[in-house]
Amino acid sequence: MTRTNSITLHSQPASRWPRLLPRNVPLHILLPSLVVAATMLVPLFYLVLRAFEADSATLVDLVFRPRNLQLLINTLALAAGVVVLTTVMAFPLAWLVTRTNIRFKRALTIMGVIPLAVPGYVMAYALIGLGGNYGVLAQLTGIQLPRIQGYVGATLALSLYTFPYLFLNLRTALSGLDGNLEESARSLGYSQGEILRKVTLPHLMPSLMAGWLVITLYVLGDFGAVALMRYEAFSYAIYTQYSGAFDRIYAAWLAIMLLVVAASFVMLDSLVLKRKLARVGTGVARPLRPTPLGKARWLAWPYLIVLFGISIGLPVMILGYWLLLAPPDMSFFARVPGTFLRSAGAALPAALLAAALALPLAFLTVRYRSPISTLVERSAYIGYAIPPLALGLSMVFFSLRTAPFLYQTLALLIITWAMASLALAMGPIRNSLLQTRPSMEQAAHSLGHGPVSTFIYVIFPRLRRGILAGVVLVFVLCMKELPITFMLAPTGYTTLAVTVFTRTSEGMLAEAAPFAAAIVVFSSLSVGLLLTKEGK
Amino acid sequence: MMTNLNISADPQGNPVRLIDPLLSVAGLSKRYRSGDALAVEDVNFTLGNGEILALLGPSGCGKTTTLRMIAGFETPDAGEIHLHGKRVTQLPPQQRRIGIVFQDYALFPHMSLGENVAFAMRHIAKAKRSAKAREWLDLVGLADLSARMPDELSGGQQQRVALARTLAAEPELVLLDEPFSNLDAALRESTRKEVRRLFKAAGTSVILVTHDQAEALSFADQVGVMHSGRLLQMDRPECIYQTPATSFIAEFLGHTNLLEGEADGEIAQTALGPVAINHHHQGPVRLSLRPEHLALSAAPDDNGATIVEREFRGHDCYYLLEHHGQRFCAITPSHILWKIGEQVRLEPQRTATILRD
Repeated sequence: MTRTNSITLHSQPASRWPRLLPRNVPLHILLPSLVVAATMLVPLFYLVLRAFEADSATLVDLVFRPRNLQLLINTLALAAGVVVLTTVMAFPLAWLVTRTNIRFKRALTIMGVIPLAVPGYVMAYALIGLGGNYGVLAQLTGIQLPRIQGYVGATLALSLYTFPYLFLNLRTALSGLDGNLEESARSLGYSQGEILRKVTLPHLMPSLMAGWLVITLYVLGDFGAVALMRYEAFSYAIYTQYSGAFDRIYAAWLAIMLLVVAASFVMLDSLVLKRKLARVGTGVARPLRPTPLGKARWLAWPYLIVLFGISIGLPVMILGYWLLLAPPDMSFFARVPGTFLRSAGAALPAALLAAALALPLAFLTVRYRSPISTLVERSAYIGYAIPPLALGLSMVFFSLRTAPFLYQTLALLIITWAMASLALAMGPIRNSLLQTRPSMEQAAHSLGHGPVSTFIYVIFPRLRRGILAGVVLVFVLCMKELPITFMLAPTGYTTLAVTVFTRTSEGMLAEAAPFAAAIVVFSSLSVGLLLTKEGK
Repeated sequence: MMTNLNISADPQGNPVRLIDPLLSVAGLSKRYRSGDALAVEDVNFTLGNGEILALLGPSGCGKTTTLRMIAGFETPDAGEIHLHGKRVTQLPPQQRRIGIVFQDYALFPHMSLGENVAFAMRHIAKAKRSAKAREWLDLVGLADLSARMPDELSGGQQQRVALARTLAAEPELVLLDEPFSNLDAALRESTRKEVRRLFKAAGTSVILVTHDQAEALSFADQVGVMHSGRLLQMDRPECIYQTPATSFIAEFLGHTNLLEGEADGEIAQTALGPVAINHHHQGPVRLSLRPEHLALSAAPDDNGATIVEREFRGHDCYYLLEHHGQRFCAITPSHILWKIGEQVRLEPQRTATILRD
C-alpha cells in the first residue's frame, strides 16, 4: 500500500511564537502553581502601593537621596565579601569530603551543615562578645582582640552561618561529577591544575552560582547580624526607618530598591547559566576514586579545626560561658519547652506547606518547560528575595486591608514563612525530579496507573530525599526567623527566636542562652536527621 | 496467526481480506512549536490483530512522535486514533490499555523485579500479584531473579524485565521504542528472535520503532517507512524491499542501483541495456534494481564494466563497478570472486521497480 501525502491540516495558527504553555499540563499541577505565583505578587503589590502614597516631590527626594547610593555600595560590598569568604570556607570542605580519603567524612559533613542552625544574631553576639576589652577572649586568656563589628563583623558573622548552603551545593555537584571526564582529560595530557580549571570548575559553575545566589539573597535580606554589627546595609536601614524613624514610605522605597538588587542577581544567574552542561553519550557516569591526601592532611586538619572551631565552637562556647557565668533562674529553663513547641508548631507546618507548594512548581518547571512555567518558577524566588522585614510588613498591610480575619493569626505567619522559604524547598525537590527520567512516569501511566497512584508509588519514593531536604531547610530557617515573626505572630505567641533576640538586645545574655541553645540543638538534630537519611 | 493489514490490494494487485483493524490511525499530525516544520504529517495506517508493525526511518523522521501519540504522551494537532473502533485520541495514557517499552527500559529503581512486574497488575487482586509476577518473569526466563533490584541486572536482562512488565498489564497493543538499540550486536539478534517468538506465541499486536532496516525487515509483518514526518510506504517486508515506492525508500532499505531509463511497455532502455520493469509504462522512468539482482560474467569484449571496489563479506561479495562513467553495485555469491580492475558483463536478472520520484 502506498499513499500520496496531501497536507490536510485543520487548525494551525501561523504564529511564530513558541507556545506559552504546553496544552497538556494537568490542572492539579497548573492551578497550585498559578496560586503560588499570584500569592507571591501580593507583597509586591502592597509594597508598591505603599511606596506611591507619597507626592511626586517627596518621591524624587526619597529615590535620589545620596544615602541610597551609600547603602547600595555597603550592601554590595557585604554581599561580595560574604560570597568570597563562604567560597573559601565551603570549597575545600566539599572537596575534602567528596574527593579525598580523609577520615570521618560523615561527621565532617554533618558538622558542615550544622552552622545553618545557628541564628544570625547568636553568631553576631558570639563574635561581638569575643573581642574587645571586656570580651570573653580577654577575660579567659588575656589576649585582646579588637572589637569585632561593622563590615568585618557582619561579613564574618554572615559567612559563618551561610557557608553550608554553598557546601551542600558543591558537595552534590562534586559527588555527581562523572569520573570519566577528569580521567579522559588526564589521558589527553592535562595536569591536575589544568583539569581543575578547564574541566571540573566549568562543571561546578551551576552549583557555585546557585549557592552564591542563595547566599547573596540571604545577605540582602538578613537583619539580625547586620543590625547587631551596626553595619549600614539596606536591611538595617529599612528596620531603623520602620521602627525608629517611622518613615514607612521611605522604608518601602528602600525595600523596593533592595528587591531590584535581588532581582538583578536572579537575572544575572539565569543569564550566566544559559550554557548547558548536559551529560552527553549513553555511558553510565562513574564516580572518581578518592585521591589520597598524603602530606596535605597536615594542611587539611588545621583548616577543618579552625573552620568548625569558629562556626560551631564559638557560638556553643559563648552560650556555655553565659550559662555558667551567670546561671539564670531555673524558671527560665522551665519555659523553654513551651516556647520550643510554639516555634516548632509554626515552623513544621510552614515547612510542610512550602514542600507541598514546591512539588507542583517543580513539576511544572521540569516537566512542562515553557515561557510561562519559567516565569512561575522565578516567582517562587520573590518571597525569598524580598527582605523579610518588607515581606512581613506588606503582609500586615494585606491582611489589614483585604483579609482582616487573617491578621495576627498563626495561619498568616505560617503562610508568610512558607512564602519566604519556598525557594529553599524548591532546590532539592527540583534537583531530585531532574534526576528522575520522565519515562518513569510514562511507564507507570502506560501500565494503567493514574496520576495519584503514579505519585505515591513511583514519584514519591524517588523524591523522598529531596522533599525531606526541602522540609528540613525550611524548618531550620523558620526556627530562627525573626522579623516576620515580630510582625505577624499572634499576640503573646513568643517563639524561641523572639525570646532570644529581645533578651539579648536588653543585655540579658544569660537569660537568652537556654532558648538559643534550644534553637541550635533542635535545628542541628533535624539537620543530622537529613544527612543520616541521605546515605541510603 | 498471519494477517494482512492492507486496505484494498497489495502492489501485485491481489485482492486482500479486509479485516477488522485493531488500531487505526487517520490524518495524524503534530507540530512541536508553531513556526517549526511538522514533526508528523498526515500519517494514516491500520494495524490488524496480532500483527507486528515496524515504523522505520532515519532519526528525526517522526516515528517516535507517532508512537508517543499512539501511547498518549503527546497530543496530536490533527487526526484520530481508534483502538478496537473506539476513539482514544483524547484519552490519557493510563486509560488506553496500550503498553510501551522505553528505549531506556524505565524500570523503577526502588522496586525489585517482582515488584516492578506486579506494579503493572492493577486488574488483579493484590494477593495474587506476586505469584503472577513470577509467571511473567518466568516467560522471559528471569523468575529466579524476582527479588533482585534493577541495577543488579545486565542490559539484556533489564530489557526482558521491561517487556515482562509491559505484558503483565495485558495491553491490547504493545509499543516498542528502539528496544534493542541499547544492547550490543551479539545480544541484539538473539533477543530480537526471542522477543518475536514471545509476541507471536501470545498473539500480541506490536508497533516497533527503529532506524535499523535489518531489524525492521526481520522482526515485523509490516514495515512502514517514514521520512520528514510522512509515512511514505507501508507493506510486507518482502514487498517493500522488492518494490520500493521512492528512491529514498529503495536506498534506506539497502544497497540499490538507481537507473534512469525510457520505458516502452514491459521493457525500459537503461545504461545497462534493456531491463524488464515491474509494470506497463511509457516514457521516462527512474528504476531501482537491487545489487543481488545483477549477475556478473566474463566480458566478451572491452565494453564491459570495470570492478572498482570489492568487499568480501563471507556469504557473499559486494562489488562496486564503473560502466561508461556511471557507478553500479552488485552482490554475488562468494564462490566466484572477481579481482579489482577486471572487466565484467553486467546482466540484470530480475525486473526493476519503477520509482514514483
